[in-house]
Amino acid sequence: MRVKLSSEALQSDFVKKVEEISGQDLLACNQCGKCSAGCPVAFAMDILPSQVIRLLQLGEVEEALNSEAIWFCAACQTCYTRCPRGVDLTRIMEALREMAMRERGDYLDIGAIPPEELAEFPQLAFIGGFRKYTS
Amino acid sequence: MRIAYFPGCTLSTKAKGFNDSARDSAKALGLELVDLEQWNCCGATFPLLTDNMLDLTGPARVLISGRQQGGRLVTACTICYNVLRRTNRVIRENEDGREKLNLFLEAEYKGDLEVLDLLQVLRDEVGFDKIWEAVKRPLDGLKVAAYYGCMVLRPPKEVAYEEDPENPCALDDLLAALGAEPVNYPYKGECCGAYLIVKSPQVAGELSYTILDSAQRNGAQLVVTNCPLCQFNLDRQQGLMGQRHAGFQPIPILYFTQLLGIALGLDSGDYGFEKHYIDPCSLLASRNLIAI
Repeated sequence: MRVKLSSEALQSDFVKKVEEISGQDLLACNQCGKCSAGCPVAFAMDILPSQVIRLLQLGEVEEALNSEAIWFCAACQTCYTRCPRGVDLTRIMEALREMAMRERGDYLDIGAIPPEELAEFPQLAFIGGFRKYTS
Repeated sequence: MRIAYFPGCTLSTKAKGFNDSARDSAKALGLELVDLEQWNCCGATFPLLTDNMLDLTGPARVLISGRQQGGRLVTACTICYNVLRRTNRVIRENEDGREKLNLFLEAEYKGDLEVLDLLQVLRDEVGFDKIWEAVKRPLDGLKVAAYYGCMVLRPPKEVAYEEDPENPCALDDLLAALGAEPVNYPYKGECCGAYLIVKSPQVAGELSYTILDSAQRNGAQLVVTNCPLCQFNLDRQQGLMGQRHAGFQPIPILYFTQLLGIALGLDSGDYGFEKHYIDPCSLLASRNLIAI
C-alpha cells in the first residue's frame, strides 16, 4: 500500500479526538501484532486489529472508520491484556465506533431485528448490543 | 454470614435458574445473600470512552445503594460484577469522574464499596474444603469443562482474582471439590462472542464453537459457566454449530451454581433446566444426580 504522509493528516483533529476520547497514545503501539494474534474475532475482520491502529498512526482515518473490523470487536480485552506496550485497543475501537456513529448515525437498526429473536435474547445481549451499535 | 447481593436484570428474568441455584447453594453453605433494597440495570457493558460519564451513572447508582447497605456487595452475574467493579475503580481513582458522577447523582460516594464475585466469595470466605465437606451428592467423576469467559479475567488489574488470569483455576478447583473431574482445555478464558450475537450470530457462533469443540476434544460431558450471556451463546448457538460443523455433538451448558446445588443435595426442581436449549437432564439423570 502506497501511503503519502503529511503532518496535517498525522496530527489531524480526528486523530487527536480518537486519542482524547480513548485515553490512549496511538504512537505507543510498535506494531508487534500480539493483539491480532490473540484476537478471537480476527478471522471475521476485513483488516486486523493491529492494522486499525496502524491506519490511525498514518493518519488514514477514513479507512479506519470504514473498516468492518471496528464493529466486530467484542471488547473481550484480550488484546489489552497481552499488549506489551499497555495500549488498550478496545478503547480505540470504541472511539472509532462512537465517532462513526456521531457522523453517520446508528450502525444497527434495532427495528430490523425480528421480535421473536429479540424476545429470546437475554437483556445482557441486547442492551450490550444497543450500547455498542447505536448512539 | 450475610452479604448484600445484586441480582441484576438477567438473573431476575431469563436466568432465574442461575439466581435460584446461587441463593440456594449459598444459603446451604451459611452465606445469606441479601438483595439490595434499591437497584437498577448495571448497563450491561462497561463504557470504554473517557467522555462517556452518562453510561456510568447506572452502575454508580447501584454502588451507592450497595454502600448504604454495608461495605461489600456480591454478584453472581459476572457481567454485572465486571461493570460494577470497573465503575467503582473510576469513582475511586478518577477525581474528575467521581465529582461529575456525585454531582449528577446528588451523592457523596468515594468508591469504598468492595465488589465481589460469588465464586470468589465461595473460594475465599466459605472455602472449597468446607464445600467438599458439605457435598452430599458427589459428582462422581463427571467430566466438566469450566468456562470462565472474559468478565472475571480481563482486564486483569481491574477485575481478576486469579493468580494467573491467562490460566484461571477457581472454577476448576470448585468442580474438583464437588467430586467432578475438571477438564483441562485451552479455551476456558476465550470470548464466546458476547453481544456480537445481536449483529452477527454466525460469527458469534464460531467463537462459541471453538470453545465447545476444544472442551469436547478434551473429554468434557458438560460445560459450566458463570455468565448468563455466555450461557445463552454457548447453549443456543449449538443448532447452528451442528449445521456448520459435521460431527458436532450437542453438549449441555449449566451455571456452576446449578451443579453446586445438586452436589449439595438441594432440590434442583426449580433450577430452570427446561429453559436450556440443550437438555442437561438426561445426562444428570444418567449419573443419578437428578430424578426425572
